Amino acid sequence: MLEEFLFQLEMSAPQIVLGLVNGAFYALLSLGLAVIFGMLNVINFAHGAQFMMGAFVAWMLLNWAGIPYWGALILSPLIVGAFGVVLERLMISRLYKLDHLYGLLLTFGLALIIEGLFRNGFGSSGLPYAPPAALSGAPVDLGFMMLPKYRLWVVAAAFVVCIATWLVIEKTRLGAYLRAATENAPLVQAFGVNVPRLVTLTYAAGVALAALAGVLAAPIYSVNPGMGSNFIITVFAVVVIGGMGSILGSVITGFGLGLVEGLTRVVYPEASATVIFVIMAIVLLARPAGLFGRA
Amino acid sequence: MLDAATKTDSMLAVRGLNAWYGESHVLHGVDIDIRPGEVVTLLGRNGAGKTSTLRSIMGLTGRRTGSVIFEGRETIRMSPDGIGRAGIGYCPEERGIFASLDVTENLMLPPKVRDGGLDLPTIYALFPNLKERARSQGTKLSGGEQQMLAIARILRTGAPLLLLDEPTEGLAPVIVQQIGAMIREIKARGFTVLLVEQNFRFAQTVADRHYVMEHGRVVDSVANHEMAGSMERLHAYLGV
Repeated sequence: MLEEFLFQLEMSAPQIVLGLVNGAFYALLSLGLAVIFGMLNVINFAHGAQFMMGAFVAWMLLNWAGIPYWGALILSPLIVGAFGVVLERLMISRLYKLDHLYGLLLTFGLALIIEGLFRNGFGSSGLPYAPPAALSGAPVDLGFMMLPKYRLWVVAAAFVVCIATWLVIEKTRLGAYLRAATENAPLVQAFGVNVPRLVTLTYAAGVALAALAGVLAAPIYSVNPGMGSNFIITVFAVVVIGGMGSILGSVITGFGLGLVEGLTRVVYPEASATVIFVIMAIVLLARPAGLFGRA
Repeated sequence: MLDAATKTDSMLAVRGLNAWYGESHVLHGVDIDIRPGEVVTLLGRNGAGKTSTLRSIMGLTGRRTGSVIFEGRETIRMSPDGIGRAGIGYCPEERGIFASLDVTENLMLPPKVRDGGLDLPTIYALFPNLKERARSQGTKLSGGEQQMLAIARILRTGAPLLLLDEPTEGLAPVIVQQIGAMIREIKARGFTVLLVEQNFRFAQTVADRHYVMEHGRVVDSVANHEMAGSMERLHAYLGV
């Protein structure tokens, strides 16, 4: 009995760990969405497109400028983040006084345009991007499975970035400005804080997180214009389950749901694509504000 | 009402201030002068425009016209953050304590705008409750403690002019007395205060001068030592 259980566990471990890799991307992407929604009250539907841009910029940096993975890991979020600054200043900032729906429509339209442009320029078949030499090599033996080094790195890097983001928001002065401005932006501005600039930089930071996830994803999934839209629907489900705008909620839910997805693949593979949406429906019925959201 | 002599030595000189919330015209040419070190109140009934005057000085209403000169600088075209950094500290009517910040974070939130603010030990000596509750969530404090916190945090920034919007509203008489003592202490330390009040008996215990507002403009002004002789007039403005 016990042996059988251990055998089952050993068989399912790889799926669970791979679930954690997916969970790392869910966490990073939903974190960016949460940061943006908390401050701007905008549901950033362009997040998937910005994730894809992160991967493409990494590919361009490598193939056009010879800048390798580690450089792209820094540069690509900065470049895509700067693109976010332009979007926010030119377009999104005009919608703050309107209903959520307008921000959603605008960013959804932007996502379609960005994806279309990349599809036009690069086709939709996907471009290869090799993991860096230091992280390719032989897989790591975890005892119960062999895990490619690169995937281990993704989980670790995503975890560290999530914790760092949480620390910035909860423990620093900048984070206190962000939290306070989320509650009462005019008062924070009357205290002498340049809130419009804070809002722009927050959007840029959220976009940069998506781009960072894109760079991390480039060696795992092929770099293609549709890679963001494949992820983003699941990520929105994660955000809804975690609670719109909750930082910790999106991190825990991201990793957690990746695991749940992995486990489902072991127990009942057919349901692995739908399990997150079933959970979303149940959570919405029981706690409409999400698991970590404030009602 | 305004003598030309006060104009030059005013810390804050408001002239012909008009303000709008969307389509609704709320201030109709407000004139106010405050000299350094004074405590001045805005008295008036609900809806007279007292809160709108403070908000408008901070640039928090919609459109505004006229002139608001602070320490010789015209601020009418400045953004709220520019006005805050120029040296005006604002304590709003609803107190504006942030629920997602603890007491210390609330206290430390407003950035320093110049030297001369109170340091933390002085603030904790003035407001011992805040030290005891340092790690509490800001909105878990009692109404009186929240009011103390809202005032304490702008004393830290070094802003020499403080706009306090009805600090006594909804508080028990014993707390109102504490707030009064605190405002006198603030004045003794050289701060200048523009105070919105409904209760002119309280205002009398803290202020040097009083402006009376009606229908979005200043209609009268009374020095505190003339208060007793002007009771009939004030009752006519403020009585129910």
